[in-house]
Amino acid sequence: MSALLQYLISGIATGCAFALVATGFVTIHRVTGVVNFAQGGFAILAGYVTFSALRAGLPHGVSELLAVLLATAAGGVVGVISIGRRGTPLLASLIITIGLGFLFYAVEVAIWGDQPLQFEGVPGVFSLAGLTLQRQYLLIVAGAVVSFAALLLFFNRTYLGKIFTACASNAYAARLAGINVTRVGIAAFAVGGLLGGLAGVLLLPLRSLTFDSDVDLAVNGFAAAIFGGLQRPGAALVGGLVIGVAEALVAGYSHASYQKGVSLVLIVGILVWQASRRAQAD
Amino acid sequence: MAEALLEVRGLTVRYGAAVALADVSLQVARGEMVALVGPNGAGKTTLLNAISGVIRPAAGRIQLSGRVTQVPEGRQLFADMSVEDNLRIGAWSVRQRDPAAVYELLPRLRELRGRIAGTLSGGEQQMVAVGRALMSTPDLLAIDELSLGLAPLVVDSLAQYLRSLNRERATAILLVEQNVRLALELCPRAYVLEAGQIVLSGSAEELASSAAVQAAYLGGAPEPVPVASGGEDAEA
Repeated sequence: MSALLQYLISGIATGCAFALVATGFVTIHRVTGVVNFAQGGFAILAGYVTFSALRAGLPHGVSELLAVLLATAAGGVVGVISIGRRGTPLLASLIITIGLGFLFYAVEVAIWGDQPLQFEGVPGVFSLAGLTLQRQYLLIVAGAVVSFAALLLFFNRTYLGKIFTACASNAYAARLAGINVTRVGIAAFAVGGLLGGLAGVLLLPLRSLTFDSDVDLAVNGFAAAIFGGLQRPGAALVGGLVIGVAEALVAGYSHASYQKGVSLVLIVGILVWQASRRAQAD
Repeated sequence: MAEALLEVRGLTVRYGAAVALADVSLQVARGEMVALVGPNGAGKTTLLNAISGVIRPAAGRIQLSGRVTQVPEGRQLFADMSVEDNLRIGAWSVRQRDPAAVYELLPRLRELRGRIAGTLSGGEQQMVAVGRALMSTPDLLAIDELSLGLAPLVVDSLAQYLRSLNRERATAILLVEQNVRLALELCPRAYVLEAGQIVLSGSAEELASSAAVQAAYLGGAPEPVPVASGGEDAEA
């Protein structure tokens, strides 16, 4: 019983981080139609920057903030390069994001090397129902809750947020209203960078940091995102939690190496299910 | 003619090798109501899109001494957003985002303000589309297919709103319309666009009594159609 609780809590925490990555995918895809393959890279970049900032003697909080800001800027740059030129075909934009993902690798290996690094999150532990758990889990959940609340307020309550929704809903009408849809798309990439960066600074203290660990985050985040057909942030949140918990259970009760299969099986399963539903609708 | 609000000269638009508009010239004066009629595929929407600046012409000049806003064909609302949000997004390019002035002109929209735009009837959606365009306080309202898919009674009331908009706020209107009877009844002046070229232009009376227009658009009526007739019998 206590093992189950342990798996649940760690699963929820990592699931929250997956959900942040997933919401980045969704935010970008809704406005631009592009699946951003560099999405996991924002998290890793933020992890590396936090590592270096802490090394340089900056305090916690400031280091993470700096990292998230840089990830946001990186998101904007990926946006400018992949969709900034008017008339770039969707598929070309997608391929560009793959290429930029590899560029992330090159830059990270050049600066931080290819050996795993580690940086500290919130030190210490807490007890719950007789279990001893890392405090970082609490921070991940709290960070994700605050982020989702802020995102919800932004998209549903602010004029700028509604402009994002309008571009996602009908880009042609948005253009007729004088909105620069490309610029909003680039802003969506920046939001994607922000969310990826948040996932990175929250989750990565629990894992070792290597340049290519973005794949794991991106695959899990993508699996969570397609829960809502890459369109609904709420579904992406649920998807993240489901995947996080499922992976923790699989790792706990069978073998840790099976963990990575969970999201892949889910991706295939969801795609087949969605395709069959579409076939029925036709 | 009064001061020109919109002056299009020698406009040519190409989609790849296809010529959508060839050497089109057209004028709209301040506060004027002008109809643009023609068969499907004539290039009417292309002309509006060029005037709205969403497509680039290959040649020619478009001079606008004011703001133009387009009401696109098929309404193109932000379907999952509320009526009021649709209106407010229409005001993106101006400072004033309070829809009060639009509610005054289209009071029905005030009642519908909280409804999700995609759930409204066709006529209500068209009203939202017009209201959204008005939020940017245009000098010229370019309407692409006002009556398409709407019941005659609904079209009548929308036409009434356009009349009062034109009268009270002196907003010029360029109306693209399949229902030629309606177009000529509403607008004192009209252009006929066929295969990318203006083939006829003149006053509504002249066009309504022209044999070519009668044969092609007014069902070849043997007698001149009275311009003031309702036109409700035209199919939607």
